[in-house]
Amino acid sequence: MHVPDGFLDAPTSVGTAVVAAAGVGLALRGARRELDDRTAPLAGLVALFIFATQLLNFPIGAGTSGHLLGGALAAVLVGPWTATLAITVVLIVQATLMADGGLTALGTNITLMGLVGVWVGWLVFIALRRVLPRRPASVVPAACVAAFVSVPTAAFAFSVLFAIGGVADVPFSTVATAMVGVHSLIGLGEAAITALAVSSIVAVRPDLVYGARPALRQRTLTIRDEVPA
Amino acid sequence: MGAGHGHHLHFHGHSLAHRLPAHAKLVALLGFVVTVVLTPRTAFAAYAVYLPLVLVAQRCSRVPFGYYAKRMVVEVPFVVFALLMPFVATGPRVEVGPLRLSESGLLSAWALLAKGTLGVMASLVLATTTEPRHIVGGLERLRLPDQLVQIMGFMVRYLEVVTGEMARMKVARESRGFQARSIRSWPVLATTAGALFIRSYERGERVHLAMLSRGYTGQLPVTRPMTATAEQWRRAGMLPAAALATLLVAVAL
Repeated sequence: MHVPDGFLDAPTSVGTAVVAAAGVGLALRGARRELDDRTAPLAGLVALFIFATQLLNFPIGAGTSGHLLGGALAAVLVGPWTATLAITVVLIVQATLMADGGLTALGTNITLMGLVGVWVGWLVFIALRRVLPRRPASVVPAACVAAFVSVPTAAFAFSVLFAIGGVADVPFSTVATAMVGVHSLIGLGEAAITALAVSSIVAVRPDLVYGARPALRQRTLTIRDEVPA
Repeated sequence: MGAGHGHHLHFHGHSLAHRLPAHAKLVALLGFVVTVVLTPRTAFAAYAVYLPLVLVAQRCSRVPFGYYAKRMVVEVPFVVFALLMPFVATGPRVEVGPLRLSESGLLSAWALLAKGTLGVMASLVLATTTEPRHIVGGLERLRLPDQLVQIMGFMVRYLEVVTGEMARMKVARESRGFQARSIRSWPVLATTAGALFIRSYERGERVHLAMLSRGYTGQLPVTRPMTATAEQWRRAGMLPAAALATLLVAVAL
């Protein structure tokens, strides 16, 4: 998913860099509201969590395996602002420490994965959360669909950028069909892993899941006198 | 998508490339890749000069070429994308052996591969010769917003701790007879990711409290600001300067 140097022409790369800088600037202010002075250590550890889970290989069969991208997962777990910052930092680290994703394509990568991936996931998530019953467990299907939608949407956004600033005369429909097709399959895997991971966290520490907070706030304390046999 | 990211990112050494300050290397790398991106794709001669330039830079780091070659795998998904171009691009066709390929598609595939590969090769020089914490310091010196520098600083500082935690969880899984073979192992692996999140988040909270008790107010002091001498800037600037000169000559001819 990491766009290398030279995939998009210079004006498009500059354009996406401006979009990325504006988005990250907003996220810095938003995250301060979400986390206050806890921003740096918590977003740092969340970034590291995303980075580490990307190292976890999920076998698909026939010797191949895939890994989590984590945009929607991060948005559901820590809120969209912090998630944007975490993914941004992961991408900066991958570009500078691993040569994964070009330095001139950093703006493009942040726009695609940190902004489109996270925010599409988050918007789908809150839309579903509104229609599902207000229970912490509802977070799981909402996160699942959010993860599924966010991956092909980011791929579609890449196709649009490639149509604007790509260096090949490939019809937009061909690139979009191929990218969205392949990434829908990846999205299925992403959705499954996200749902499984979120359900395991909601079961143990629902208070840590940002997306479950409205449902938790409604929950009242129940005091049971008798222990059921 | 994308290949797994290996560890041992930094290759220890004391070469010329290792000794340059991180911010000078970052600026040099950016200058070089911007030049490559701006080079017209038909300026084949320019690319023929860029390749030895990057190879010289790699040589200056005294890191074996085999080590670089292994880390080039990060490029694979986009190589596949580039190789598809001649088949799907529009425009006049040329016969290449048994295949009828698009002319402009071939040209774009060449451009994607050449620019992408040069970018990865140059970035690897920075990635292998610079310690993660120095890259953070370099970005701070280059005025990356303070909050982002702090987040990245924490990420780099706890990198070994969290990946170590993950390695221990792997040992624990496997010592209980677990083998990740098929999709059926996904619930276990996803639970691992969940546990990792809880541990990382709680560690973040503990780190924050520990910092508060040491007087943290949202700003970290800069203890040793990074500096570069004119000589170091000149050395770091040689790669982008040579590339830029090549580009100008190639465009002028």
